[in-house]
Amino acid sequence: MNHFFSFTRLFALLAKEMTQMMRDRITFGMMIGIPLVQLALFGFAINTDPKQLPSALVTTSQDQFTRAIVSALEVTGYYRFDYVGIPESQADELMQEGRVSFVVTIPSDFSKRVLRGDEPQILIEADASDPAASSGAVSTLATVAKQAFERELGKNQNEASSVDIVVHRRYNPEGISQYNIVPGLLGVILQLVMVMMTAMALTREVERGTMENLLAMPATPFEIMLGKILPYLAVGAVQVIIILVAAKLVFHVPFVGSIWLLIAGILIFISSLVLIGYFISTVAGSQMQAMQMSFFFFLPSLMLSGFMFPFKGMPHWAQMIGEIFPLTHFLRIVRGVMLKGADLEAMRTPMLALIGFTILLIIFSLARFRKTLD
Amino acid sequence: MKAIDVRNLVKRFGDKTVVDHVTLSVEEGEISGFLGPNGSGKTTTIRVMCGLLTPDEGEGTVLGYDLHADQLKIKRQVGYMTQKFSFYTDLTIEENLFFVARLYGLSPTRSYVRDTLDKLGLTSRRHQLAGLLSGGWKQRLALAACIMHKPKLLLLDEPTAGVDPKARREFWDEIHDLAADGMTVMVSTHYMDEAERCHRINYIAYGKLLTSGTVEEVVAEAGLHTFILSGKGSQSAARMLANQQGVDQIAPFGNSLHVVGKNKTLLEQAVRKASQEFDIRCEPGQTTLEDVFIQYMTGSTDNMAEPASESK
Repeated sequence: MNHFFSFTRLFALLAKEMTQMMRDRITFGMMIGIPLVQLALFGFAINTDPKQLPSALVTTSQDQFTRAIVSALEVTGYYRFDYVGIPESQADELMQEGRVSFVVTIPSDFSKRVLRGDEPQILIEADASDPAASSGAVSTLATVAKQAFERELGKNQNEASSVDIVVHRRYNPEGISQYNIVPGLLGVILQLVMVMMTAMALTREVERGTMENLLAMPATPFEIMLGKILPYLAVGAVQVIIILVAAKLVFHVPFVGSIWLLIAGILIFISSLVLIGYFISTVAGSQMQAMQMSFFFFLPSLMLSGFMFPFKGMPHWAQMIGEIFPLTHFLRIVRGVMLKGADLEAMRTPMLALIGFTILLIIFSLARFRKTLD
Repeated sequence: MKAIDVRNLVKRFGDKTVVDHVTLSVEEGEISGFLGPNGSGKTTTIRVMCGLLTPDEGEGTVLGYDLHADQLKIKRQVGYMTQKFSFYTDLTIEENLFFVARLYGLSPTRSYVRDTLDKLGLTSRRHQLAGLLSGGWKQRLALAACIMHKPKLLLLDEPTAGVDPKARREFWDEIHDLAADGMTVMVSTHYMDEAERCHRINYIAYGKLLTSGTVEEVVAEAGLHTFILSGKGSQSAARMLANQQGVDQIAPFGNSLHVVGKNKTLLEQAVRKASQEFDIRCEPGQTTLEDVFIQYMTGSTDNMAEPASESK
């Protein structure tokens, strides 16, 4: 029998771990339930690009240009004119009270200036106290307005393209936030479950005193580590399938890249997560501690990885911190591959970063394990 | 060949020396008792012997394997039963046995497990979760799992704590059977009656091995003398004797009093005086193992206690 590795022993550990996992109904249910609940919450409830925002229109004239612009704005879906033709002072009050998010003011000489060929102005006031809520709506304005009265003036679209106002929203022209969130959720859910479950599974052995017994039997640290990690990799695989299927069938997220490249990225990512969990378990003294430490790791990575807030929008130092989380790199891979069709060449940096994390974590974990023997 | 032959073992945790130059040898096929107060380093010593811990100092062999270099080989031939039940409570009895059998590479696994279940008499309950077993059954299951791979050395860490007398008796019968078949057993215990069931005993206190030998040798070596006072006034006599010279221990046993001392002359003077004063019977008694151990315990200093005068 081999002294350092034997498949029989690994099989013994795997069979044991799987049986325990299946028997713990609540935990097992959580592993499957978490992706579903999170998908439902983030996918359906949270929308960073809200539509149908209440608006007010301040205008004195009801000519063709005004009507054209109002209907063009409504067609974008962002604006819903609840108040039309009200005086300026009332519009101010409405915005202050938060009853409207936008006030569109069309001056009385608007059509005259259009016909005269002057540059006419429209004032659009946005309630920017929630920038995320208004940014999408604001960004569509220029094009919409321009196109609206170009149509009225009888110019065709080709000429319009020579005008310098260009709003170009790539990869997600309709601004559907699920496209961004659902692939991101893949990373977040995997991280939540993998890190915590692995950390707790090993700490449980220590807490219940079974670790001592396990170590007294001829199992090597490497086998014990693999025996703990592999079952959770399998759980991760099941979660990946659930999320990807939901992304396709429920949220209709486009998948333009290579599935194999994504799977490769996922595998490396899960390995690094499980190893983080494993590392936590070698430090934590109890399951409670393991859980707390998992959350301590989980929250900043959620905030700084670019899942919650745009990565490029963070200050430089925050981006630097963000770089130390595998999630950050994984998000780049999953969004790059799914939405932009990125190839391996384009994804080389985040891939290498993930591989680097994994190797580092393996070294750490093995080193920590030897210490826990004594 | 000796089953255990270690010299000057030292194990420290931080700045605490838990095992302090312990030299120990156990013959093959012998049942060796390991005694000592709580926190005396018994568990740590046992963990060193089964390859779980590496000693900081000292050398020696277990089953002929070097303590430092061959820990994995030692693990394969040693059975270690931990103090606390340390099999999986969320696995069934059978699953636990399968797990152990596979880890030791026992083949054919199924027949090993079946035989063990049969011998335990647990075949009908094999699908029951191990966590639902009573204390006595848990202990039997743990022992069965530990000897499934037929180890040459069995290390038992307080195996009978919290087990009823009948189960305890059966447990010891089994230990003697195993030893008769050639297995070496080292067992730590707090119970004196269990110590007397061992071929040899080792007494460890605060990391230091204080004495070892057969029960008779240990008792004789301690050089203690005992008188038994019995009668109605023994309670008052106890109070009087408490601060008499030559009296080291007074232990009431029902209506009689067990008085122990090292200096026979002084002790005898004291008990004679008490016997006359309170009109109670006085006769020489047999020093027990318990008396010896209490004597050792009061005599040794606690190295775990903080040295208050130095730290302040």
